[in-house]
Amino acid sequence: MSALVVKNLSKAYGGVQAVDDVSFSVAAGELLAMIGPNGAGKTTCFNMLNGQLAPDTGSVEFEGRRLTGLAPRAIWRLGVGRTFQITATFASMTVRENVQMALLSHRRRLGALFPVAAHQYRDEADALLGRVGMRDQAERACAVLAYGNLKRVELAVALANTPRLLLMDEPTAGMAPGERNELMQLAADLARSSNIAVLFTEHDMDVVFTHADRIIVLAQGRLIAQGTPADVRADPRVREVYLGSLHA
Amino acid sequence: MLSVRRLNAAYGRAQILFDLGLEASKGEVVVLLGRNGAGKSTTLKTIMGLVRPLSGEVAMEGRMLTSMKPYQIARLGLGYVPEERRIFTDLNVMENLEVGRQPRREGAPHWTPERLFELFPNLGRMQDRLGGRMSGGEQQMLTIARTLMGNPAAILLDEPSEGLAPVIVEQMAATIRSLKREGLTVLLSEQNLHFAHVVADRAYIIEKGQIRYTGTMAELESNAAVREQYLSV
Amino acid sequence: MSSSAIAIQFLNGLASASSLFLVAAGLSLIFGVTRIVNFAHGSLYMLGAYMAYSLVEYFGRTPLGFWGGVMIAGLAAGLIGAVLEIVLLRRLYQAPELLQLLATFALVLVIKDFALWVWGPEDLLGPRAPGFDQAVAIAGRAFPEFDLLLIAIGPVVLGLLWLLLTRTRWGTLVRAATEDREMAGALGVNQAWLFTGVFALGSLLAGIGGAINIPREPATLGMDLSIISDVFVVVVVGGMGSIPGAFLAALLISVIKAFCIGIGEVHAFGIDFSFSKLTLVVEFIVMAIVLVIRPWGLLGRPSAVARGPGTVEDPLRAPPRPLLAFGAAMLAILVLMPLLSDAYTLVLLGDILVFALFSVSLHFIIGPAGMHSFGHAAYFGLGAYGAALALKHLMPMEAALFAGPLAAALGALLFGWFCVRLSGVYLAMLTLAFAQITWSIVFQWDTFTGGSNGLVDVWPAAWLGSKTAYYYLTLALATAGILLLWRMLYAPFGYALRAGRDSPLRADAIGIDVRRTQWAGFVLAGLFAGLAGAVYAFSKGSISPEVVAIPRSVDGLVMVLLGGIQTLTGPVAGAAVFTWLQDTIARNTDFWRATLGMIILVLVLAFPRGVTGMLRRRFMREPA
Repeated sequence: MSALVVKNLSKAYGGVQAVDDVSFSVAAGELLAMIGPNGAGKTTCFNMLNGQLAPDTGSVEFEGRRLTGLAPRAIWRLGVGRTFQITATFASMTVRENVQMALLSHRRRLGALFPVAAHQYRDEADALLGRVGMRDQAERACAVLAYGNLKRVELAVALANTPRLLLMDEPTAGMAPGERNELMQLAADLARSSNIAVLFTEHDMDVVFTHADRIIVLAQGRLIAQGTPADVRADPRVREVYLGSLHA
Repeated sequence: MLSVRRLNAAYGRAQILFDLGLEASKGEVVVLLGRNGAGKSTTLKTIMGLVRPLSGEVAMEGRMLTSMKPYQIARLGLGYVPEERRIFTDLNVMENLEVGRQPRREGAPHWTPERLFELFPNLGRMQDRLGGRMSGGEQQMLTIARTLMGNPAAILLDEPSEGLAPVIVEQMAATIRSLKREGLTVLLSEQNLHFAHVVADRAYIIEKGQIRYTGTMAELESNAAVREQYLSV
Repeated sequence: MSSSAIAIQFLNGLASASSLFLVAAGLSLIFGVTRIVNFAHGSLYMLGAYMAYSLVEYFGRTPLGFWGGVMIAGLAAGLIGAVLEIVLLRRLYQAPELLQLLATFALVLVIKDFALWVWGPEDLLGPRAPGFDQAVAIAGRAFPEFDLLLIAIGPVVLGLLWLLLTRTRWGTLVRAATEDREMAGALGVNQAWLFTGVFALGSLLAGIGGAINIPREPATLGMDLSIISDVFVVVVVGGMGSIPGAFLAALLISVIKAFCIGIGEVHAFGIDFSFSKLTLVVEFIVMAIVLVIRPWGLLGRPSAVARGPGTVEDPLRAPPRPLLAFGAAMLAILVLMPLLSDAYTLVLLGDILVFALFSVSLHFIIGPAGMHSFGHAAYFGLGAYGAALALKHLMPMEAALFAGPLAAALGALLFGWFCVRLSGVYLAMLTLAFAQITWSIVFQWDTFTGGSNGLVDVWPAAWLGSKTAYYYLTLALATAGILLLWRMLYAPFGYALRAGRDSPLRADAIGIDVRRTQWAGFVLAGLFAGLAGAVYAFSKGSISPEVVAIPRSVDGLVMVLLGGIQTLTGPVAGAAVFTWLQDTIARNTDFWRATLGMIILVLVLAFPRGVTGMLRRRFMREPA
């Protein structure tokens, strides 16, 4: 069964159709990559899925529940985790505290005025950090981490509310070349072992073709191709979009 | 004319460029090819002084630009046309040109609004139009014209063909060729290989913040393996 | 009101709008290009008024003398603005926003004492403008000619500014830089001179705004802060950076105020209601309505004023043992103090404790919550007045001591609802405007708050009457308050506040309602500031509007920034040093404001990245 179902999603900005009638779905345990040239509408599309933007028309459903119109924080509570293109972590907190925040929020304990936050859900946080290979750095401040490690922390945070859908916006952007496959492999393993549906955008074609089960291609706001990596690689329209053409 | 050596640059904690180097000689059109996120824009911004490099050097006609402010670099004769165009939307066409105006420079073509309107006839017909009320193609022309008002000896063009209708892309190619005829050095970034073939003399291919290939456009044309590896899907 | 009265009030409003518009346009221009909110803008307005007064006296009360004096005063203000930009502000463009605001406030202090030194404490009313000293009949009533002239000046200046900004190269560059500074730089525009020029022009407008007003309103030492809060309201209502917006907002507010004065006392439903006392609250109501409907002002546009995050503070660790031991020792000494010291020291220590609580409560929202409040005195004052009024009208002192903080928390609940909708400098201006409104209410509501005289006979209950007893009460409440606030920062709630500051994007993505968290933080900070105010009121036995005034808010900021915004104990140390310093300076010089201002300026210039930032780098190993 599909975890995420997107139907006829459209969004225009000042006369420009940024996303135009896009429909697709992601199944539990599946890794779906969304690719396309700059300005194809990937970010706009992504932001409509996670609640930052309201679509003009169309619907987004997660496990049968409508997400359109919900705030990001409400969508998270339904079991949708996110990582950001430019990592967003709490820089003044330690790695462990970043994960503890998600755990505290998940249990709706963030309004508490007196218990010591750093003592809450420590072991659970450490277990999550263990899954992304960051257990030994739990005490360090996020502000001093290497970028690749920040991406791992984001992943641990995203896993804290045991999501059934993970939205990853350019998960390897800004990472040193060597780290990219490693991080994506980690995400893929976690997703498959926990049966999480994953939708990610990505510019690094190595990463896309190595890890995606399926790929959808956007160009000028429209979905122009979808299928297995082999299908997409062979699609002449995709080649044209990527290589560009003066005589399109 | 323009030389970049061992450039490293980062946004915050994310390093984007790794020991990047490139050259452009006088009157040459050089293209920086690469996929989205490869580091093309960051390279141009770092050359222009808009991103402070971690290390490395940038020089133009033997002068070090590395510690200069963007306005000083612009006044030395290096023009910059950003990818997002960044037209002043509250200013009309003539006013946008006025912001770019700098004194005449020896050894570089001299531009006036009248000459620019010959190059971009559309702009000449909408001198009072506000920047915010123009189409993407018109804005792209205006941002180039605005930069030319500084009478630069070299210009950096960040993805000039992006998001433009095919007919406008052809106009853009014609424009770049006529700038070359005027003797301008051009360094542009592109994803559009066909466009690059039409305008450029030489290419660098950038991937993951590093230069992976360099050669003339003819060499790149005959090297299917490189194209396949770095540019296609 | 009759139709002729309506016409006259309308004209009155238009006349006061002109000067307000000039000053607001200057502030808006300067902010648009430099992104600095210049507190000292009101001081330039004040200098304009004083200088015009002296120049007109010197030149003689002839038309040439008057208008020459006004023009020269304006030009001089412009020149002073340019010098200030080159000498001081140019060094601060990269500094954290709070430090910029603090530096310009230090200028306010210095300029105020300069004016005191040159012109003395008396209010100086200028002559009637020669040639415009008659009244004309409008709708059967007498209306001053000079006010008609003022009505014309506003639109004329708006027109001139429009010409300057649209018809000259300089104006084009200013508009370009307002929209995209970085791109203008990449096109070869040298920002440094552009910024100086804009500062000079903005200051000139402020100077002329002050100068043309001398026939109507006297030059006073308080006009700098009273105009700046009016101007902040105008700029927020009109939209930051929009000059037509400033014009519109100045008209709107001035006209509404004029009508409130015109309506005066109204008897309705058996109640006497005074509209003329509503004038400043009206400003607040207008602003509140506008902010709810258009958060960026009437003609403003949403702008992403993104600033570098600056240095990130270190994770919060459990206090190390030596620090706990030191704290316990300090507490023990404080408990023993009544045995060791004289009455004067005991009172000073009590003040330090009160301000330590005040400063810790301010730190709670500007540090961990990242909300730059410039009006924290509002809650201190509400606490003080709340307690005093409760004692006078309702309850015994012991209960009033807690009614005060409740009043402050209610105020924070109301004001905070608006404040959490804004951020950065908009938030700072709004908090300051709210504080100024609170001050105005306290200052003007003679029958209830005692007006400028304040309230007297606010003494503690008999069993707390001795200096020693009250000192112990202060020690207990301040210590408890500070420890509670600190504890909350270690708790999940405090972490949620920091989460909203560190990354609103991530906070939202893990289910945190950032606005609501900030609102709750705002109310808690107000509650404890109110406790400090209530304790303060009973320690003095009387209170005056000074407890709500802007300088009180800024004192709090200086304490926090001096001590270190990135540490928990810093605000306590800052409060101790600052309170002691202020006491010492005040006892030794008449110009304590200028001295204090100079000290702040030196600190800001010497450590543009913050005093603690420097100490930290110097004395602590940076984490690897």
